[in-house]
Amino acid sequence: MTSGGFFERLQTGLWKDNPGLVQLLGLCPLLAVTTTLVNGFGLGVATLVVITCSNALVSATRRWIRQEIRIPIYVLIIASLVTCIELMFKAWFPALDRSLGIFIPLIVTNCAIVARAEIFASRNSVGASIADGLGMGAGFALLLMAIGAFRELVGQASILSGIGMLTGSEAFNGFSFADNGFLLAILPPGAFFALALAVALKNSIDRRRHRERR
Amino acid sequence: MGEQTIIKTGATLAVIAAICTTLVAATYQLTRDRIVANEKALLEQSLQPALAGTAYEGNVSESRLVIQPPHDLPGNDAALIYRVYAQDKPVAALFAVTARDGFSGLIRILVGVTFDGTITGARILQHRETPGLGDKIESAKSDWIFQFDGRSMGNPEATGWAIRNDGGEFDQLTGASVTPRAVVGAIRDTLLYFDAHRDEIFAAESSEDSK
Repeated sequence: MTSGGFFERLQTGLWKDNPGLVQLLGLCPLLAVTTTLVNGFGLGVATLVVITCSNALVSATRRWIRQEIRIPIYVLIIASLVTCIELMFKAWFPALDRSLGIFIPLIVTNCAIVARAEIFASRNSVGASIADGLGMGAGFALLLMAIGAFRELVGQASILSGIGMLTGSEAFNGFSFADNGFLLAILPPGAFFALALAVALKNSIDRRRHRERR
Repeated sequence: MGEQTIIKTGATLAVIAAICTTLVAATYQLTRDRIVANEKALLEQSLQPALAGTAYEGNVSESRLVIQPPHDLPGNDAALIYRVYAQDKPVAALFAVTARDGFSGLIRILVGVTFDGTITGARILQHRETPGLGDKIESAKSDWIFQFDGRSMGNPEATGWAIRNDGGEFDQLTGASVTPRAVVGAIRDTLLYFDAHRDEIFAAESSEDSK
């Protein structure tokens, strides 16, 4: 990993090496929860927090941890963080917790997090690791939200449905434009189509930029 | 690896494990009360809709009766019954039962029945039916589930407790008949159970809260 400033590192996670679009890591939660924008946001933020904290902790302890035991320690750190996040969701956002269900505890198995601990945090300073975690986490979260928004709009012709789970009020629960949408977008195949479109879009933008530069 | 190194490595692992456990334990302490309160509020709130229009006193969730299988209620897991009272007289009972013959997975259904056997309301607590088709059994997605309000054994007669495709009186859903059939069947069986066991239900002691 080349050195670079804070913003460069953010950009790497957000765009150049986006965990979902380029590394294609953590696809199971990505595909499973992105039925609405709010769900995507919830899991995205939880993942962002876990990956940033795990990067910081792994980086801070990297001098004391021997090679042989690094993986069990990553697992311990990540699992503890995820358990804490899960408890906090249950305490403060119970409705969102129910809507995301098993996918909050399953953040433990999101390989994007172990991958960043191993590839980046175990070899870089705490500051750089936090920047990397923020970038990767935000990249993942934004992708979840984009796919969630797309599937929600196409699949059930609404946007921000379930926002009451975040605000805790029933007064505003999103906009609905029609009774029915294109059902396939909500079903599992829709997740694959949406991800494929997102990857294709990113590649075409990259290619156009590359051409302009020459 | 020498003996010294092994001990050191083991100690590192133990220290980190202890720190992580402390972190989780602290978070648990901090959030425990809120989580318990949330769960109780959620339970009371989820029981409300099935009791529409019934005047009652006290917390419904405290009068819980757990019926261990085997029983004649739908489902082969423990069924829950909440007794509802007004001025110490039983006015209604709420059943949380499971339909096992849905399209995919179990359907948890809440059925409210007045003391004289009329349905006050029914709601789907949990299901994994197909989005856009079978999930219209949810009150949030369509008003299908409201057709049970005010029904009882005798309205319609036992033969009418089926979906129209099967010669009954209840609407099905476009593109989904397995799901509605399962729900209608479960509600019918619940009513039959209530009619047969009503006095036992209200006479029984509340089950202890076990977690």
